[in-house]
Amino acid sequence: MPPLSRPPGGASGTGPGTGPGADPGAEADRAVAAILDAALHGTERGTVVDSPPGAGKSTLVVRAARELVGAGERLMIVAQTNSQVDDLVDRLATADPGLTVGRLHGSDAAPAPEALRHPAVSASTKPADLLECSVVVSTAAKWQWVKDVDPWRHAIVDEAYQMRSDALLAVARLFERALFVGDPGQLDPFSIVGTDQWAGLSYDPSSSAVMTLLAHNPRIVPHRLPVSWRLPASAAPLVSAAFYPYAPFRSGTGPGDRGLTLAAPGDGSAADRVIDIAAESGWGLLELPARHTVRTDPEAVRAVATVVRRLLDRTGTAVSERGSAPLTADRIAVGTAHRDQAAAVRAALVALGVPVDGAAAVTVDTANRLQGREYDVTVVLHPLSGRPDATAFHLETGRLCVLASRHRHACIVVARAGIAELLDEHPSTEPVQLGVTVKFPDGWTANHAVLEHLSEHRVPG
Amino acid sequence: MSLLSTLARMEAVRDGRAVPLATVRHRHLADRPMVLVPLAAAGEAGAPLAVMLGQDRESPVLLTVPQPLDRDRRFALLADLAAELLPWLEGFGTEVDLLTREVKDPATGEKTEQVRELCTNAPQLLVPGPAAVEFLGLLGRSTRFRRSAETALDEGVDPGPYPVPARVPLLGRWLTHLRDRAQVPGSSLLLAMTDLLGRHWATGQSRLEDQHLGALLAWIDPPAGRTGAEAALLAETARDGHGQLLCPPAGPTTDPRFDSGLLAPAITRYDAARKLDDAVAAQAREAEIAALLEAVLRPTWDRLWQGLDLLRALPAAAHLPERWEGDRWSYTSHRDRIAAGEPPQPVRDDAVTAARKLAQREREQTRLDIQEALDDPLAMAEHRLAGEALAGRVVAVEAAYDETGRSPKPRPLVTVRTSDRPHGDPGRELYRAGGPTAQKAELVSADPAAGLVTVRLLNGMGRRKEPEPGSVPEPGEQVCFTLFELTARQSAPLPEPEDTPWTHGGPPVTRTATAQPDLPTAPADEEGA
Repeated sequence: MPPLSRPPGGASGTGPGTGPGADPGAEADRAVAAILDAALHGTERGTVVDSPPGAGKSTLVVRAARELVGAGERLMIVAQTNSQVDDLVDRLATADPGLTVGRLHGSDAAPAPEALRHPAVSASTKPADLLECSVVVSTAAKWQWVKDVDPWRHAIVDEAYQMRSDALLAVARLFERALFVGDPGQLDPFSIVGTDQWAGLSYDPSSSAVMTLLAHNPRIVPHRLPVSWRLPASAAPLVSAAFYPYAPFRSGTGPGDRGLTLAAPGDGSAADRVIDIAAESGWGLLELPARHTVRTDPEAVRAVATVVRRLLDRTGTAVSERGSAPLTADRIAVGTAHRDQAAAVRAALVALGVPVDGAAAVTVDTANRLQGREYDVTVVLHPLSGRPDATAFHLETGRLCVLASRHRHACIVVARAGIAELLDEHPSTEPVQLGVTVKFPDGWTANHAVLEHLSEHRVPG
Repeated sequence: MSLLSTLARMEAVRDGRAVPLATVRHRHLADRPMVLVPLAAAGEAGAPLAVMLGQDRESPVLLTVPQPLDRDRRFALLADLAAELLPWLEGFGTEVDLLTREVKDPATGEKTEQVRELCTNAPQLLVPGPAAVEFLGLLGRSTRFRRSAETALDEGVDPGPYPVPARVPLLGRWLTHLRDRAQVPGSSLLLAMTDLLGRHWATGQSRLEDQHLGALLAWIDPPAGRTGAEAALLAETARDGHGQLLCPPAGPTTDPRFDSGLLAPAITRYDAARKLDDAVAAQAREAEIAALLEAVLRPTWDRLWQGLDLLRALPAAAHLPERWEGDRWSYTSHRDRIAAGEPPQPVRDDAVTAARKLAQREREQTRLDIQEALDDPLAMAEHRLAGEALAGRVVAVEAAYDETGRSPKPRPLVTVRTSDRPHGDPGRELYRAGGPTAQKAELVSADPAAGLVTVRLLNGMGRRKEPEPGSVPEPGEQVCFTLFELTARQSAPLPEPEDTPWTHGGPPVTRTATAQPDLPTAPADEEGA
């Protein structure tokens, strides 16, 4: 999260002539040019880029990689998960088939076929096999074990806000300069043990890599990507105001540029009505009667599955600046807070005959795993639905932000009534630690902001 | 809180007494632990008021301070505590096992044999609750940097205004080490009784309320004729005719009504006697204060031993010796650091040390979760309920082979009848728990309606075409497979502190013990105090 002390706006994107009326494409290009200049020629060893959801972070990484290689540099790229690495390799090789890309992987994590289908991509478990490649990509976890190699001059660290400070401590010896790219609004890294002992230290090993980097290199001023190409005009203002109040962004498309139409009319059921509202306005809230439930609330799970089933049955078409495409199962995702909830939704979808997890299937996953992914329509089981209490886990700003910012067209939230009252009964009570940047907005504020907006698109279930 | 422990708490409410959360004891208990109950003075951070300690439940040692604001008396108490604890702590350092291992010289690649000492046993300290653990850490912080007149003389420096008795700084280093080790999941050098009991029983009250040792024991072992809830309420609120709690807080904080009604007037009388230079009266007043403190310490002391009895009734878990060995290594290495004359532990960890500690604790937490699940069906049940494991009886075994290699390898299909619903797709890797060897399998199919799960065993069956006898479960046999690995992964290497990279501020500036500010008590912002 951006610290309170950071001035509104970053080093780029707030210059003259970049008001809301300016061409978003030109605005984004100016920001990218400034970032690439800083990464290649800047006086600081680190360059930080804050990117809101869908602002072209991956495109920036690919472009920066190509420019660095074009300038004669060897490059290493650090991502956080194997699927992120495979995705990056695929993107790099697709964008520049002539680029030699090395995919460094662990012995128990074979790379995905999409990454290996390109002739210029080679994969190995040993870094020595890949030293000839212009770009070597791997996870932070794998890079930590790499030894006996000459340091790279340049590194790109992707999803840097999800990387822990201790992982950066272990890999920083491998490069001289680095470009850190990430979304400060997503989920913070976590630890399975208590870390209060180090709270407030600039190098708290459980904090994010970017927080440590900025604390020790105060002259680095984060850059910022100003335009979200993913979020529609109906979502960008809400997500920007609720989660990025000090680094506002806009949508790359205007109010009329995106549309979701359904061939079959609704049957009047709650699921169909919330689909209609979401298709029209970009948001929908299917509100079930208030009740305290177990985590895998069977009624809410069934409602989520029914909405997905009806979305597919009614043959939707998504119209956007990329053209018109049918709303198929692989363009829909279901997001939950917990893994057992995801499992329950999967089972309910299978029971309704909906294909789940795989090619041409609906994605069902937790917020942690949906980070960085993009769909046309998302159906979200609200993290606070049916809960008797609001814990720090369920209130975490990043969790809601991830769930509310994966969609290009519409987001439908399924929740038990009474979340606003639940929030009011559980004000944030986390202890204040000296030296720790106060998070703003906190999950409580962000939840209220999103809920207030959703209540205008409510259908009782 | 898991669904299973929530259910256990609801059952405890229904039954009126605590419900077991474990079938075995998951922490090592020494034959003769040192039991210690510290009390702190109200309103003065890190000022000890009294300590009751010992290894014999019938004859505890009582140490008290008649005036906690008197620094000389405060450090006199700590000197007494050092005299009680240090011989015991250091005593474990003399008997050692000699372990040999081969080490490779990084430069030449030559292998040499290295002999290391591992202390045969290690000390175990038992306190009432986590607050007492933190208080011992605070005492360690406030004493380990102090200078005694003797060491000042040795170093040829001015001892400063408050030199402490000789062994107090050493006690501070031991207390710091014990408290630091207590942060490692599954460690047993310094244990809190409420944590121990809370791990093994679920009460019908919240976890916060479980911090009250008296109320917690009331749920686990209610007196005849009372429910746990009634007994817990009595433990929390019942007072005698003078308004004093029948079950005083287990410390380090004291009951404010004890402080204002009994302790403060007694201290005032002691101060008055001192002012008049009346040594006899002062001594009498001091004895009064000691008696008051003994009266509020003794109930907690007895409850600690009651808790020990309850825990000792549980059979020890199978992995306890393995984890206790980690504690022995921890003890041994601290013994070696002191013997080598190293300076006291710094106030704050540097970046590398903090990352190393975090990595160790995460690794130990993972190991603890795995070992508890393997040792205890109730712990494994939590994983089964969460879809992370499956257990049941084998109903069919079908021989099958991997024919892709030069010779066929056994890959038998095992079908298990179970109501568990593992959260995994076909092809998901599984690990066999409780098998003859570490064995991997993969999920082939799951049919929740029929209550059947089929898995394919992948290894651990020998090199021949037919599996080694006993390596494949037989029909009718009870088996368990987990979706999580059954060994904790090694942590990735970290740089040496002097190689701390630019992203983390570069190598730390060395701070010596003498450069430490000579604070009598710890500021609030350090060590997570």
